[in-house]
Amino acid sequence: MLPVGQSLPFPIEVISGDRLSISIGPQHPGSGHFRIIVVLEGDIVAEAIPDAGYVHRGAEKLCEFRHFVQNIPLLERTTLPDANGIIFPYVLAVEELMGIQAPQRAQYLRIIAAELNRIVSHLYWLGIYGPFLGHTTMFMWPMGDRELFMDLIQTIGGTRVTPSYIIPGGVRNDVPDYFKDQALKAIKYFERRLKEYDKLFFSNPLVLKRTQGVGVLNRSDAVALGITGPNLRGSGLKSDTRKDETYSMYDTVDFDVPSYPDGDCWARNMVRFYELYWSMQIIKQAIEKMPSGPFRSRLPLLTARAPPGEVVARTEAARGCMSYYVVSDGSSKPYRVRVSVPSFRNIIGIPHLLKGGHLADVPAIYWSLDYWPVEADK
Amino acid sequence: MVAPNALVGKLTEVLVQTVGEPLRYLVNWGRLYSLWPVHVETACCSIEFGATHGPRFDPERFGLLEAFGSLRQCDLLIVFGTVTRKFAPRLKMIYDQMPEPKWVIAMGACAITGGLYFDSYNVLPGIDELMPVDVYIPGCPPRPESVLQALIMLQEKIRNSKLR
Amino acid sequence: MSASPTVEQGLADAVKARFGEKVVEVKSKPTRVKISVDRAILADVAYFIRDNLSFDHLVSVDGTDYPKDNVIELIYHVTSIEKQEQRKYILSLATKLPRDAPISPSLVSVWPAAEYHERETFEMLGIEFTGHPKLEKLLLPEDWLDIPPLRKDFKLPGR
Repeated sequence: MLPVGQSLPFPIEVISGDRLSISIGPQHPGSGHFRIIVVLEGDIVAEAIPDAGYVHRGAEKLCEFRHFVQNIPLLERTTLPDANGIIFPYVLAVEELMGIQAPQRAQYLRIIAAELNRIVSHLYWLGIYGPFLGHTTMFMWPMGDRELFMDLIQTIGGTRVTPSYIIPGGVRNDVPDYFKDQALKAIKYFERRLKEYDKLFFSNPLVLKRTQGVGVLNRSDAVALGITGPNLRGSGLKSDTRKDETYSMYDTVDFDVPSYPDGDCWARNMVRFYELYWSMQIIKQAIEKMPSGPFRSRLPLLTARAPPGEVVARTEAARGCMSYYVVSDGSSKPYRVRVSVPSFRNIIGIPHLLKGGHLADVPAIYWSLDYWPVEADK
Repeated sequence: MVAPNALVGKLTEVLVQTVGEPLRYLVNWGRLYSLWPVHVETACCSIEFGATHGPRFDPERFGLLEAFGSLRQCDLLIVFGTVTRKFAPRLKMIYDQMPEPKWVIAMGACAITGGLYFDSYNVLPGIDELMPVDVYIPGCPPRPESVLQALIMLQEKIRNSKLR
Repeated sequence: MSASPTVEQGLADAVKARFGEKVVEVKSKPTRVKISVDRAILADVAYFIRDNLSFDHLVSVDGTDYPKDNVIELIYHVTSIEKQEQRKYILSLATKLPRDAPISPSLVSVWPAAEYHERETFEMLGIEFTGHPKLEKLLLPEDWLDIPPLRKDFKLPGR
């Protein structure tokens, strides 16, 4: 039989010599459903051990007992801030297995939904990053501006956070007529606000002092450790799945992928800041270029079968590259769904970056990796 | 001697009526308009709670303070979402550490009965077995307006409760 | 059908040329190549893929239980980051392990990213990775006493 594991359930404090081990979380204003066991030597972190699994709900096993379309709400709840981004590659994989092609209008609508969720996810990240550094105005401003984009998601999807909008064959509904005006108004307002965010937070000397030169991830480590998303782009690599392996009409819209060579917390923050700007440009272009026509090819039956096969599909979610490996054995339920979430790929960055820094730098580094524990635990 | 005891009894009754009743009202009034939630994010409903704290929905006008404090000062435990078997003993520890009087709100379908993950091997079917719950908020995830309504219902309950 | 060999074909041919008949199977689709090898040469093929073909970025590690064939299939999905024209390809390196003794060499020395992925595969399917620095539970509760949950004979309590 397999070994059960030798770690104690609650190692609270172990004092040996002058090393002190404390656990940050799972009840802590700074970590939430995740625990980091930090071994300190004075003020310097000697070792950081991530302890995940407090939100492990077994989504991969549950997927095998539900039909392909029923898995969409289940997998969506893994990353609620970025619901459309996480379900996009699953739908692409199921479409490839079943041999369905989505019409052009649906592909543009998918871009709009995915980019709206990217903005909403980055604003949530920013809204928590402020209080981590003690800047509570940066909790109120992003949370307030985020509501405009949540209204847009509600207009196209029906609910605020779990729209289940992207389905095999296209999208679930067409957009109403007033969506274009509402979207352009929100974007015009927020483009102006970004300048104020820059003045208040991103160019703030106190924030600069706390994030520049802190938690440096160099280029070769980022590639070898499998780090993905804005963390990879903050180490000098201009790698984005939307450009590397384009999908769903992203090659018809014009946008730039921001990247900074520094590799510290400041670089990762600035990458996310500019991604907010470019996401808005993508939405504006997609609304203009969207052709009229059908918004889904055929509503898939609940018990639609997929022929036997296996597919690997990936897209760029807000936190990084999201990929699915789906195996079908010919029935209407998948045989195996392997979810490779960006947060789980980035978990190795936590012990790597926290080592050697001060204890006071832990919140700045930890949240600049944008590690979402609910997503990593699946 | 019956008469002095009866007099003392009557006096106590009058005292309770004139002082005890307003005292109970005053103490409960102070408690319900300064609820302090614990910052423990259990699962995905915590995003809607973050949105509830934002400027559009603003629970501070109803009396819910900001959740950035020590556990020993808090009196409201809001359980957002799924409680897994790994997290359950820690949640009980958190509940035990809070001083009396304390209240519990179960937010989301997962905290009430296990929700979407009812057949999972690692999910507790509701938190009723761990601690007594005062208000249940259904939804997956519930809208911020539902959370505010639950807050007002809890405040009604505290207003009408006995002094403890 | 195009006459000139595609990139996917070129990658598969390079591996086959080096390792000969130990390569069990090759499947290729546009931008996806799957190479199944024998367990004995898994580490050598991994080093070859990383150093000679520049596949340096691990995407995920997957294990699938096939009780009908009595095997567990272990797959490493890798892509390339530093070599820009190869970024859109995913190469899946697969091997089949016997179900009652699933032991495989750990590839943490090839791709350091594999550390946490292999830990998760260990606890979910029971595959033992020899040479892993810290093979312990990651996501399951500490007092888990049942069989690994992603095996097909693990029954869900709610069903």
